[in-house]
Amino acid sequence: MTTATLTPQAPRTSVVPKAAEVARKPLPLVRHSLALAKRSLIKTWRTPEALIDVTLQPAIFLTIFVYIFGGAVAGSTSDYLLFLLPGILAQTIATGAIAIGVNLNTDLEKGIFDRFRSLPVPRSAPLLGAVLGDVVRYVIVIISTMGVGYAMGFRIQGSLLAAVGGCLLAILFALSLSWVSVFVGMKVRTSGAVQGIMFLIIMPLSFASTTFVAGATLPGWMQGFVKVNPLTHLVDSMRALFLGQPVGSHVWWTLAWCVGLVAVFMPLALRAYRKKV
Amino acid sequence: MSTDLVIEAEGLVKHFGETKALQGVDLAVPRGTVLGVLGPNGAGKTTAVRILSTLLIPDAGHATIAGFDVVKQSQQVRQSIGLTGQYASVDEDLTGRQNLVLFGTLLELGRKGARARAVELLEWFDLTDAADRPAKTYSGGMRRRLDLAASLVGRPDVIFLDEPTTGLDPAKREDMWDVVRSLVTDGSTVLLTTQYLEEADALADEITVIDHGRVIAHDTPEGLKRIVGGQTLEVRPADLARMEETATILGQVSTGVSGAVEVRKGMLAVPVADDSALTATVSRLASVGIGVTELSLHLPSLDEVFFKLTGRTASEDDTTVTKEVAA
Repeated sequence: MTTATLTPQAPRTSVVPKAAEVARKPLPLVRHSLALAKRSLIKTWRTPEALIDVTLQPAIFLTIFVYIFGGAVAGSTSDYLLFLLPGILAQTIATGAIAIGVNLNTDLEKGIFDRFRSLPVPRSAPLLGAVLGDVVRYVIVIISTMGVGYAMGFRIQGSLLAAVGGCLLAILFALSLSWVSVFVGMKVRTSGAVQGIMFLIIMPLSFASTTFVAGATLPGWMQGFVKVNPLTHLVDSMRALFLGQPVGSHVWWTLAWCVGLVAVFMPLALRAYRKKV
Repeated sequence: MSTDLVIEAEGLVKHFGETKALQGVDLAVPRGTVLGVLGPNGAGKTTAVRILSTLLIPDAGHATIAGFDVVKQSQQVRQSIGLTGQYASVDEDLTGRQNLVLFGTLLELGRKGARARAVELLEWFDLTDAADRPAKTYSGGMRRRLDLAASLVGRPDVIFLDEPTTGLDPAKREDMWDVVRSLVTDGSTVLLTTQYLEEADALADEITVIDHGRVIAHDTPEGLKRIVGGQTLEVRPADLARMEETATILGQVSTGVSGAVEVRKGMLAVPVADDSALTATVSRLASVGIGVTELSLHLPSLDEVFFKLTGRTASEDDTTVTKEVAA
């Protein structure tokens, strides 16, 4: 091993002014959140294995469910593919929101957040940045699921614009759901526990919904839950938009859920974050 | 200039449940000087630094950095401080350069400024070759240098170094000391916590000793050494037959300091006033032709400092605490 020797003298002059003498620029929350979102992106880029939940998982789910249950549930695999793909997309995007709580929990242990908090940035910027950085993960979900779906024979039945709208709705929902994950990530002691708790929340939401089967086939007591389940509204919105059917009020319900989740869990997450050591 | 206090804290109190981390700590650091905060593990050093660097809000008391209140004007404080510690770290998935550019951006240096500052710091800390590797591939010493570089991005006037050399080998430790000295030459004010009296002595203009969340001593290194007995010069003569002769010379060197020559396992030990005793001893021994196999000058350990100040050793105290917790 070589012994590194430091230049003992600090550079007398620097190319930059002191941070204390730099004029503050407008919109610090937006600019700093974006700078920190870029940090999340670099991390995602550098650890592709962390993308398994948004790449391989939807492909495997789609293949398994279509070929195993397609015949039994919908009479044919091609019909079931049309029905299931929007559901799998919604479900994967929802499970994709688990990772952010887990990652933030790990970050807090490592001390990088203390560095951020010792810098003159708005306190919530590191959290907002992490949430925004995840948009790329959700776009990857859409690309990989659609890719596999198209290979299996799925075709968008409605207009492309409507389908894109459906995808944007899904991303918006995932961003809103992220705050639940962030909140749990701030509250729970280990990253493993974050994963466990979030899984317990997402699992019933994604199965007790119209993701895999039509709501009418479910027992009456469960239909009550299915009808208010945000995943049902998201899946039904996407299905309608992808297949060129009337959307009804599902889009509005989904948006209402997004607003509700953000209104409740964003302040809770930010408060938990401020309290954290 | 002595009235120009850059770091000023009065009566800082912080409790974590039952743990009384700080029970009324006062600190004062004049501009362009180094304050060493010395204390054993759990003394409250880190809590004090976290309050001064706006990461924690004190339960009572107040503190100002460069005239800004750490609670009410935390944003202004954050523009003028740099923090290096066991906690304020870098992002391991990012490269050294990406880390520094990110912090530069957050400090409003602008895209160009942040990049240029990163280049400057990477060069200074000898990290240019490793600049584009993820920080997790760095060795311990490199990581420590990157941590320090990260805290200097905004050219802060006030720098907090929380145990900057813990776990570093002696050569790397001295490198770090050189960095701290050059920061001070550049006009920065440094607050440094350490468990090593040697480190505080090498760097600090004044030393505050903390124990159980309270300041138990505050003095210059010289003053503190007077309290705890200063340095000890140890000599092992090559020829054991000339022990007495050597002892006499050492007795003369140590004049002015109380304490007699001690003999421990063929080694002579004598308390001395300062470093000059070392050269004096060497030249005197040489003039009468006494060879030595070992010659060293060392400061009392933190244990000895605590023993003198509190009547018990720091490590003894740790055991008592553990026992109390276990009981």
